[in-house]
Amino acid sequence: MMVENSQAPGERRLGVVVAGSLTKGVEARLDSDVSVEDMAVGRYVTIEGEKRRFFGMVTDVALDAADPRLMANPPDLSDPFMVEVLSGTSTFGRLHVLPVLTIGGDASSLLEGPQPVKTVPAHFSVVREAGEPDVERVFGQVDEKQFYIGTPLDMETRVRLSPAELAARSSGVFGKSGTGKTFLARLLLIGIIQENAAVNLVFDMHNEYGWKGTSEAGIEVKALKQLFPSKVAVFTLDEENARKRGVSTDFVVEIGYDEVEPEDVAMLRETMGLTDAAVQATYRLARRFGERRWLESFLAVEGREELSELAQGLGEHEATLAALRRRLEMLRRLRFLVPHARENALQRVLEHLDRGVSVVLEFGRYGDAVAAYILVSNLLTRRIHERYRERVESAVGGEGAKPEPLVITIEEAHKFLSPDISGQTIFGTIAREMRKYRVTLMVIDQRPSGIDDEVMSQLGTKITCLLDDERDIESVLTGVSGKSELRSVLARLDSKQQALIFGHAVPMPVVVRTREYGSRESYREFGFREALERKKTGEVEADLWE
Amino acid sequence: MTDRVGEVVEASTTEFVAQCYELHQPPPFGSLVRTTDGEVDIYGVVSSAATTSIEPGRRPIARGSLEATEADVYRSSPQLAKLLRTDFTALVLGYRDNDAPRHCLPPRPARIHSFAFICDGEEVAQFTRSLDFLSILVDAPAPVGELVAATLRHAAAAHEDRRAFLVRAGKELATLLGAETQRLNALLRRLRA
Repeated sequence: MMVENSQAPGERRLGVVVAGSLTKGVEARLDSDVSVEDMAVGRYVTIEGEKRRFFGMVTDVALDAADPRLMANPPDLSDPFMVEVLSGTSTFGRLHVLPVLTIGGDASSLLEGPQPVKTVPAHFSVVREAGEPDVERVFGQVDEKQFYIGTPLDMETRVRLSPAELAARSSGVFGKSGTGKTFLARLLLIGIIQENAAVNLVFDMHNEYGWKGTSEAGIEVKALKQLFPSKVAVFTLDEENARKRGVSTDFVVEIGYDEVEPEDVAMLRETMGLTDAAVQATYRLARRFGERRWLESFLAVEGREELSELAQGLGEHEATLAALRRRLEMLRRLRFLVPHARENALQRVLEHLDRGVSVVLEFGRYGDAVAAYILVSNLLTRRIHERYRERVESAVGGEGAKPEPLVITIEEAHKFLSPDISGQTIFGTIAREMRKYRVTLMVIDQRPSGIDDEVMSQLGTKITCLLDDERDIESVLTGVSGKSELRSVLARLDSKQQALIFGHAVPMPVVVRTREYGSRESYREFGFREALERKKTGEVEADLWE
Repeated sequence: MTDRVGEVVEASTTEFVAQCYELHQPPPFGSLVRTTDGEVDIYGVVSSAATTSIEPGRRPIARGSLEATEADVYRSSPQLAKLLRTDFTALVLGYRDNDAPRHCLPPRPARIHSFAFICDGEEVAQFTRSLDFLSILVDAPAPVGELVAATLRHAAAAHEDRRAFLVRAGKELATLLGAETQRLNALLRRLRA
């Protein structure tokens, strides 16, 4: 009550706290002049406690009546007087609020900023709409040059999402198809590059991140290379396709048969329908022909007789080998797989990453071949991770500098991280060992329930668009406090431009309307200037001499 | 003073009875009246009124059989006006302390022979600005519904926005009578009338 006169515009009084608990959140009774229809889940409120201010999120809105008999015998509602008197008194709205942080009030939160809540506000504490200053205090002020992800619902304050925090641990972008995952992921990558938080390696299944992407409405938008020409390189597996799309690429990736190891084929077990025996056979083949020659030699085996001879020599069933041979034949259709690569793609990727240049690997037409995607991303990632690991270990031992932190982005993550194989893939390892070796993941997926729980729980930051499958929601919210409250928020996101973000990179769960992307102004916010503008300021010439 | 209506003849902490100066002219049911205990002004709302013989054992007798009009009855027997009295009872709602109205019972009851005044619009508006008096009113002895409705209708007339006042009072009543839906509904219907 004492702050009645100090309220800033936008900090409308909504009601008072009447019940609640720390684990389940608090109940607030709406004031009679506040309509329940003005409330929305995901909105922020502040609660003026006796000693602290609490900052929380509305997670449910309900109708209630002082006397249950009133609902059984509704009064004469044809009379506006009766309606006006009874609404907000005998019948009223209730808000369910999940307090998340305390702001101000005690000394430590003044010094150290918002603190996690450890108690609930006292009875009849006043609940207000959060004002812009409160939101700024929680999410931090956003400078002109800093990255922000969007604005909270019905507010104009920018919500900062720290790219450094995001890149420090693995993160996940989830959402039904068509809810803007790619858009969000592109924004996050831009943020990471804009603030130099890490270098990126993006396995770009549908050619959306390198040069240009398309929005849901079919409009072309600029992708990373256009915004940051000196900080991003576009690699492709499919030169022809890139040329058709008019994309100039920095490097055409070829992978030699000699680079494919039995482990890489093991990852394809599910997609290629390989049996355990077939996978075991690849290891025997590698022992027989050598790590670098087994695939080429095996594919060179022609005719039944040769095959049965080989089977006898290896002690394998001929049928197993024949099946494996048939399946691997498919690899021949991938044009980027050649007996011997002209240049070592891995080396080129590493060189770029070392210079702080992010690499987007476009799959061209091969994006639709899941096997190609899994094969290449596993193959490259395993070796890159190996190198990083060696370098971090020798840096710890005092030799050389630690490599740049690296974020690897993969799509269709459930194909890599399903419970059956996550223990074996390199991606499972990266997700679990976190940032020890300075490599983290950004997984993009529409079926998070298909991802191993253990991996999900290791994701530091989760950014999720609308999900409506119960299992998907359950899996995204694994290990989050206030799970049941967030569930109702998550299931009611708009299907466009809205996302719930929680975890390491934000101080509390937040529903944002993602920032606009695709217009000239939006590009300019990231420091992009059209060639004409650059000419005017004489920057083009300067660039030439760089 | 024209707003002086009578004199206190019986007083307790919760109510006082005043005899009217004019026979048959008590202040209206539900209107706000004021008297004093000598130090503070005491406010009450007229909760009943009655005209009786001045001697409790002697009932008036009918006298009009030969008169043409009712007024002729009093004209022919001028002593009648002196043998009858009109009293009203006011339920105490609060008092005024240093110009601030307080909605709780006064420290002392009104003094006998203190004058009783009917409050003017401004005074009513000031006293009823806060609706805390309703909690005393709804606990009054029967017929409380009628009394509450009459009081609020009188008070509403003194406020600029009559309807807004009634809605505000209605909401206060809804809070006070939270669990008594039927009673509340009956009351609200009377308020509207």
